[in-house]
Amino acid sequence: MTFTQLAFYFFATVLIFAAAMVVSIRNPVKAALFLVLAFFSAACVWITLEAEFLAIVLVLVYVGAVMVLFLFVVMMLDINLARMREGFGEYLPIGGLIAVLMVLEIAIVLTSGGFGEEQFPRPEGHPAGFSDTKELGRLIYTAYVYPFELAAVILLVAIVAAIALTLRKRPDTKYLDPARQVTVKKADRLRVVKMPAEKRADRTTEGEA
Amino acid sequence: MELNIQPILPEIFICAMACVILVLDLYLKPERRTIAYVLTVMTLLVAAGLYWQDFATGSAVYLNGMFIKDRFSDVVKIAICLLSLLVFVYSREYIKARDLFLSEYFVLGLFAVLGMMVMVSAGHFLALYLGLELLSLSLYAMVAFQRDSSVATEAAMKYFVLGALGSAMLLYGMSIIYGLTGSLDISVVRGIVAAQAAPDNVILVLGLVFILVSLAFKIGAVPFHMWVPDVYHGAPTSSTLFVSTAPKLAGFAIIIRLLVGGLEDLHFMWRDMLIVLAVLSMLLGNLIAIAQTNLKRMLAYSAISHMGFMLLGILAGTPNGYSAGLFYGLVYTFMGLGGFGIVVLLSRAGYEADELDDLRGLNQSHPWYAFLILIFMFSMAGVPPTLGFFAKLSVIQAVIDVELTWLAVIAVLFTVIGAFYYLRVIKLVYFDPPAVAAREISATADLRVLLSANAVALVLLLPMVGPIQEMCTQAIASVVGAF
Repeated sequence: MTFTQLAFYFFATVLIFAAAMVVSIRNPVKAALFLVLAFFSAACVWITLEAEFLAIVLVLVYVGAVMVLFLFVVMMLDINLARMREGFGEYLPIGGLIAVLMVLEIAIVLTSGGFGEEQFPRPEGHPAGFSDTKELGRLIYTAYVYPFELAAVILLVAIVAAIALTLRKRPDTKYLDPARQVTVKKADRLRVVKMPAEKRADRTTEGEA
Repeated sequence: MELNIQPILPEIFICAMACVILVLDLYLKPERRTIAYVLTVMTLLVAAGLYWQDFATGSAVYLNGMFIKDRFSDVVKIAICLLSLLVFVYSREYIKARDLFLSEYFVLGLFAVLGMMVMVSAGHFLALYLGLELLSLSLYAMVAFQRDSSVATEAAMKYFVLGALGSAMLLYGMSIIYGLTGSLDISVVRGIVAAQAAPDNVILVLGLVFILVSLAFKIGAVPFHMWVPDVYHGAPTSSTLFVSTAPKLAGFAIIIRLLVGGLEDLHFMWRDMLIVLAVLSMLLGNLIAIAQTNLKRMLAYSAISHMGFMLLGILAGTPNGYSAGLFYGLVYTFMGLGGFGIVVLLSRAGYEADELDDLRGLNQSHPWYAFLILIFMFSMAGVPPTLGFFAKLSVIQAVIDVELTWLAVIAVLFTVIGAFYYLRVIKLVYFDPPAVAAREISATADLRVLLSANAVALVLLLPMVGPIQEMCTQAIASVVGAF
């Protein structure tokens, strides 16, 4: 067994363990942390497959950004797990049946020989100095430019939808509007009133005070 | 590599206009929002014109096989543009009365249309999936748009969760097929699948099952229909109008692209699966619709049964069958548009006319609208002098042609059962005493005229049935003949 194989089996085992913990553990914060572990081991598996750029992006984007936000949400929302688990036993028989069926089906498919080494010969390794980042970039901006742009439109829709569904103007909050502050004129705030001077009756007492 | 963007010009136009409206909205005063509405309608009109002007004669593939332009795509795209345009015109007053008249609503609608265009032209699994997601995301947001309504939020949540499940199934199926063929390009997949199509190829069976399940989810065929009644009922009727019309055609288009364009050599496998889906949809849709007291829910179950009928055409597996399915889809979407259009027409600010009882005795106060309901219901039930009859007829003919006579008999039987609840609506409208004394209809002139035209067209287009069916046949021929 070469070192790569050893690394693959090690990280694959960790990945499966972490993924199983994500769905079975009770504490949502721990579940999120196990998801981080799962992402990290998946990234390591990808590195053994020579997809370095994707592996690093997975760590940076998912572990670094998405999961941190996820943890924030989990901590801020007080999720009542007892209520969410209601009805779990009720749906367990049918859910379990479907899960078992799926596992069986996939086992049959995987052992059918359609995915053996003769169908999928081991790909040639890349020479030293090969940049998969460059290859990926070349493909995305040439052959896959159409799906790439579509993905951008989908992100735009997500932004529009999120803002349209959550943005609300509350007239009762006291917020500052810098634009209005800047454009305000003296005449808007200050009123110069002309009035005849009045003679103060008692000048000396004010001076003493 | 040269990038030819000429064929996707209409798509780029729709996308650009959606962005223009989005930015323009920043500078629009709320009372001037009609400008956004007019721009949206113009965009759809111009896009339909662009497709019409550049109507395909054969079948061509662009952008590395990701974009197919043929007669089929152009016919379906023009229909989608017109349907969405009518949806926006129908729902304008409705959303104004409910404070939903926001530019974002139109922007989301335009992006949904863009997603449908991508789906209809998809020649690649990736493009197909991204188009589907673009459509679905926009639809989820449109269903949830009435954010103060808990029913709408619940409907959107159900739609989102089940829709995400459907998309996951599609991805799973696609990845299995990809694992077998090593390609995401549908025409390449077709070639490899043709060589390996054997009944004992379990990998293909599993991939096909996942793809079919997700397609059934998306068009709402039994047993993957659970979201349909809740979403149609809970969403604001304007969004129901949108969800129930053009996306059904787009769903039909991706079924054609995937099953006929890619996996036609597995017809012997997917035919039986589709038979189960179709029979269950017609059975459950028609039977449960009888028990409904809410018009929107009733129309939702009727939509499920109509989808079963549309699948009949596809499962025949002949060019005739596919074109009958396309014809059925076209006719059904315009009927469904009218059916929900009636709900919009009768609604006012703060009042939803979505209970069956609201229709009681409509004939006494508004005989013309009662007549429109009569036409829509007759057409959906498939009563002869309407297009609905010819749509059902052509599908049943296609099924008999491939010697599935028992299936045709079942389809006719369920149509008769379904006629009950359509005729009940007509009975309520014509023969029952009015529930409320005087009913005022505050619909604007454009809604009245277009809805009337929509209904009358279902009868007056009868002499055109031949040419329309010919158009469908040619559209399908451009898909089937491309190989």
